[in-house]
Amino acid sequence: MAVLRTILYLLVYPGVIFLFVYSTFAEWFDRKVYARLQNRMGPTHTGRWGLLQPIADFVKLMSKEDIVPERADKRLFTLLPIFGLAIVSTAGLLLPVWNFDLAAPGFTSFPGDIIVLLYLLSLPTLIFFLAGWSSTSFFSTIGATRVLTMFFGYEVPLFLSVLSPALLAGSWRLAEIARFYQQKPFLILPNLLGFVVALIAVQAKLERTPFDIPHAETEVVGGTFTEYSGKKLAFFRLMTDVEMVVSAGLLATVFLGGFPGGALLGFAQFVAKTLAVIFFLTLMRALTSRIRVDQVVSFSWRYLAPLAVLQLLIVILIKGFLS
Amino acid sequence: MKVTIPIGPQHPALKEPISLRMTVDGEVIQDADIRLGYNHRGIEKLAEEKTWVQNIYLTERICGICSHSHATCYVQGVEKLMEIEAPRRGQYIRYLVSELERVHSHLLWLGIAGHEAGFDSFFMYTWRDREIVMDLLEIVSGNRVHYAINTLGGVRRDVDETQRAKILGSLDALRKRTEYYLMIGANEPSFVGRLSRVGYLSKEDAVALCAVGPTARASGVAQDVRKDDPYGIYGEVPFEVCTADTCDVLGRTVVRVKELLQSYNIIEFLMKNLPEGPIAVKAPRKAKPNEVVSRYEAPRGENMHYIKSNGTDKPERLKVRAPTLANYAATVKMLKNGFIADIPLIFAAIDPCICCAERTVEVIDARSGEERTFLFSELRRMACKRFEKFSQKRNAAWPF
Repeated sequence: MAVLRTILYLLVYPGVIFLFVYSTFAEWFDRKVYARLQNRMGPTHTGRWGLLQPIADFVKLMSKEDIVPERADKRLFTLLPIFGLAIVSTAGLLLPVWNFDLAAPGFTSFPGDIIVLLYLLSLPTLIFFLAGWSSTSFFSTIGATRVLTMFFGYEVPLFLSVLSPALLAGSWRLAEIARFYQQKPFLILPNLLGFVVALIAVQAKLERTPFDIPHAETEVVGGTFTEYSGKKLAFFRLMTDVEMVVSAGLLATVFLGGFPGGALLGFAQFVAKTLAVIFFLTLMRALTSRIRVDQVVSFSWRYLAPLAVLQLLIVILIKGFLS
Repeated sequence: MKVTIPIGPQHPALKEPISLRMTVDGEVIQDADIRLGYNHRGIEKLAEEKTWVQNIYLTERICGICSHSHATCYVQGVEKLMEIEAPRRGQYIRYLVSELERVHSHLLWLGIAGHEAGFDSFFMYTWRDREIVMDLLEIVSGNRVHYAINTLGGVRRDVDETQRAKILGSLDALRKRTEYYLMIGANEPSFVGRLSRVGYLSKEDAVALCAVGPTARASGVAQDVRKDDPYGIYGEVPFEVCTADTCDVLGRTVVRVKELLQSYNIIEFLMKNLPEGPIAVKAPRKAKPNEVVSRYEAPRGENMHYIKSNGTDKPERLKVRAPTLANYAATVKMLKNGFIADIPLIFAAIDPCICCAERTVEVIDARSGEERTFLFSELRRMACKRFEKFSQKRNAAWPF
């Protein structure tokens, strides 16, 4: 019975199938909001209000011809999309929405899971780098170097800003951090600065405008993904969607008080809060233009990193004041 | 690590085929090389086989965006050759379409600039507002792209009171939107950060490399054929030549937005002072042997047609110098020492219309890389020789 439950847990909810459905829904939401902000309609045709459009795109890409460049490292080139999707899906399991009960925690909730989650969210960047590098084309190589250059910019501010609420809560366990803020909701307010920094850093991690530099269409064609096609590209796209959902879930857990209220209410809170975070990300995407890679690094170290350190300082002061 | 990356002839940033070969060191461009000749259409040769009237419609098809510019430039020249002049009402309508075309072209360019900079919201908004002026063009001429309003000695369609009211009524909305774009273009931090100090072209370089149009004006060169050598009715229309002194892509954006506002004023003036009278005079079928150079300020810069007549109803020679061609030399200068990320922006900032400018074919030996000039007869002989070895039977079925 326990084995069956674990299999269901991994495959259906909150595993692969749920993540697939919810991340395609998140992509639909993102596209629709983006389109409405631009005075367009967005997806309308496939399914009610175009809801099935991302799934249709996925199925279509899966059925397309799959080309591997002759000079590429074939095994690496093929395995990367699968690894990437596996990594972000694993990260999705760690979110405390499925193991809401701290009295009887599931095997995915343990002290230090916030570190593991952040680590799992860092890996996709390396996957993108390797994907670009192993395709050996000019544009992919440029895309790959841009991925790494950006990585050095946004990663430190992201870690600092996500870990400071954890410091205030005095725990490295996502479920406990969430419970801390549920008990003391007013303490969410001092973390707002960190929330803004984390939103910008997550936008950069997801490589969306203004940080869509590694695959800037007008500059480097497909960038990292120039040589990818068919199933592999479909996996990468799904991976980005899942990554968006997981990052939004992480921010909602750490900054917005998690998802209390049992299975049903907790799930409703999960949907509402992740969509709110995704809405902010979409707003940023619609309102800015792409910046240059050197501007990303200077922006991160000139503004994001000091702000994240400031947030850390605020947290330490409040902690001293409280105790 | 120095590598040469090929931008084009097929690349998402280019809407038309051209090859830019960039030698880059990391993200910095060391050297740029532009290669032309991917879209030779033989229009000049075709023009020699068509009559004066047929050629209006041929020259209109040189470009899909500034179609009226080429047609008007040609018609102005031929009218000089035939020693006729369009009546004033006809000229007002002709240059009304010119200004409407400038508005639609500049709005289109703004959208492209937004898209190249990764600012798709800006792109969507400008193109939405461009529909207003496209509708006006359709009202005036019946067409959205090739207006076909010019004829030798005037225009083909008159403007009535309802059309006039509609045009004047639409200007307010356009003005309001354009001021908003000027605000966005000059204030949105990520957009300005992307455009300013990119693609620097000093005033001296702009003059020395013969840059034209908004590219030159953004480098502080107040050069505009409408002011320097007024053709048609531009001598009597009040307007200003817009310049900027930042010498970069931001300056080119600002110049174009300011020109939009000037164009609205010109359109308003033309519509309020539209004279009464006929719209066209009858043109003769033939022109006396003579030659003429016609200049016209297209949205992209100075457009030039050289026309030579030999007393028949066909031109002996038509030479078209599109504004894009004049800006290529400046583009190479602008690209050097820029970033890879700036290539599409710098190149788009001259508002390239590659197919209008292509008059050359370069023949390169695929094996040795040697460049040669061929006569047409020589090419033909080579083709015959190549096909000699194929079966003669297939030729036997040839009906002629």
